[in-house]
Amino acid sequence: MEQKSSLGLAVIGWLVAIVMFFPILWMVLTALKTEQSAFSMVPEFVFTPTLESFKTALSQNAGYWHYAFNSLFTSVMSTLIGLALAIPAAYAMAFYPSKRTDFTLVWMVSTKFIPAVGVLIPIFLVYKTLGLIDNNWGLIALFVGMNLPIMVWMVYSYFKDVPKDIVEAAEIDGASTLATMFRVILPLALPGLASTGLLALILAWNESFWSLTMADHDAATLAAFIASFKSAEGLFWAKMSAASVMTVAPIIVLGWFAQKQMVRGLTFGAVK
Amino acid sequence: MAVVELKGVAKNYGGAHKNAKAANAVENFNLTTRDGEFIVLVGPSGCGKSTTMRMIAGLEANTDGEIRIDGRDVSQVAARDRDIAMVFQSYALYPHMTVYDNMAFALSLKKVPKNEIEQRVNDAAGILDITHLLDRKPRALSGGQRQRVALGRAIVRDPQVFLMDEPLSNLDAMLRVDMRAEIIKLHRKLGVTTFYVTHDQTEAMTMGERIVVMRDGHIQQIDTPNALYHAPNNVFVAGFIGTPSMNFLKMTLGGDGKTLTGQTAHMVASSERQLIEAHKGRDLMVGVRPEHLILTTDETAANVIKGEIDVVEPLGSVTMVQLEVDGHRITAQLEGDTSVRMGDSIVLTCDSARLHLFDADTEQALPRHEHRTETA
Repeated sequence: MEQKSSLGLAVIGWLVAIVMFFPILWMVLTALKTEQSAFSMVPEFVFTPTLESFKTALSQNAGYWHYAFNSLFTSVMSTLIGLALAIPAAYAMAFYPSKRTDFTLVWMVSTKFIPAVGVLIPIFLVYKTLGLIDNNWGLIALFVGMNLPIMVWMVYSYFKDVPKDIVEAAEIDGASTLATMFRVILPLALPGLASTGLLALILAWNESFWSLTMADHDAATLAAFIASFKSAEGLFWAKMSAASVMTVAPIIVLGWFAQKQMVRGLTFGAVK
Repeated sequence: MAVVELKGVAKNYGGAHKNAKAANAVENFNLTTRDGEFIVLVGPSGCGKSTTMRMIAGLEANTDGEIRIDGRDVSQVAARDRDIAMVFQSYALYPHMTVYDNMAFALSLKKVPKNEIEQRVNDAAGILDITHLLDRKPRALSGGQRQRVALGRAIVRDPQVFLMDEPLSNLDAMLRVDMRAEIIKLHRKLGVTTFYVTHDQTEAMTMGERIVVMRDGHIQQIDTPNALYHAPNNVFVAGFIGTPSMNFLKMTLGGDGKTLTGQTAHMVASSERQLIEAHKGRDLMVGVRPEHLILTTDETAANVIKGEIDVVEPLGSVTMVQLEVDGHRITAQLEGDTSVRMGDSIVLTCDSARLHLFDADTEQALPRHEHRTETA
């Protein structure tokens, strides 16, 4: 009975995995095709792979490295700034809660309920006045704002998992607030901080809405790079796929290596 | 080393608690220690003993009264500036630091020179026999070893006051007895004023120079272990101190001011009691400890409790029997070789001097001639 149900679960698991993985597989296959065979109305499963599209996408005038640098710079900077803001905020809320702490947390997360398009016009106008359109720092500020609620919430929950006795022991040992934070709390919450940072990095790297609307060249990220293969002359499926592969590859590789850390971070505290 | 004074100390959690009793966690706590004294705070859970300790530590603010350490009022002083070391029930070791770093943490915060830290940590580790563990992380230690490290972290600081919050309750029974002896030895050696919280009256009796018995946020009695045992202030202390607990019988005091009569039991109070006129003809709670009851055949003895045994617990050195007398459960601790069985009718007696008399309404002990019990 138990074997039967676990077999059933395995089948369902595989099906879900295949359905989810198929677009990525198709993207990789398409990237290895010629434009003609990529555009063919009857999908071709058997073809001679070519790296032609990758070569074009990597060529000087496509500017992959320009976009990749922008993606890397904005996501890393926004993650670092986000952590620098989220850690003290979460620390205050976790260890010196006030009557309004719960409300503040919910309010912060509730800002995520607003659809991005809803605030596009005001933000665009503000950015235009401040000269932040097509500016790396403009995007970084947006990413920080976008990720901060989740980061605060996550770091807060990791801090809450640090036993109160340990914080009190540090206090009695003579540690100031800063010493308690840097020498006791942060080292203990490190796995959680790492997964928070990783999540913020991934979210910022994958962001496309603001990247496409707020930047067109100087600060444009890989999202814009992919979109650039959709041009007036038509769609270039193979090249677009190659660009997409080169965009998602770094983050998939990173996610792969950090898998263990991620799972541990995301479930930390759930099972003690 | 220091004298700790608590004057009218109270903790009130304010109107947020619906229950008024819970809001007043501690009320009017008064105590002055001697320099280097070992004070045990004992009581059932929720009696305010831990709250009192946390107020001394500075982890909670006292809402009334003052706390003085060597004359300095520390009520407004942060925990980190009170020069107090505390051992937590959970040990609260820093999991990411080695044993050495755990013990050195407080000293390094005080910017004590490296070689002095090393010296002091090694000394403390030597005293506690944990030198071989200095490089390990807490998770690689057994419960008893963690306990020692927690003690080490406290003594390495050479603080004015030690606070210990049920430090032995996570250890198994054998280890607990060993550590108990060790903490007493340590205290003798260091002579630091110590507050020790426990709910275990055996721990309190064996360790405390003076014991503070608490209940519902109020001090019931502050006394030496002997005084608590022989002259409890009230029914609560009498029942709380001593294992098994004291037996109580409700009896009426006769007009002669000496004879006590229950439904079947009868007793004669010893003349050392000062039985005030007002109690004549009224009900008293008569307490007698299980270890003071003696098996007899003489039904005409002055003090007689009769009943049928319904539980027999042979423990080897002693045999505990329980019987129901006049609606009260009575436990007697008899000689180990006594041959009694369930269902036996027995007669128990005791020395009149062993009787404890309490007012049935106020539950306060009737005053004695020779002991003058201090009222807290």
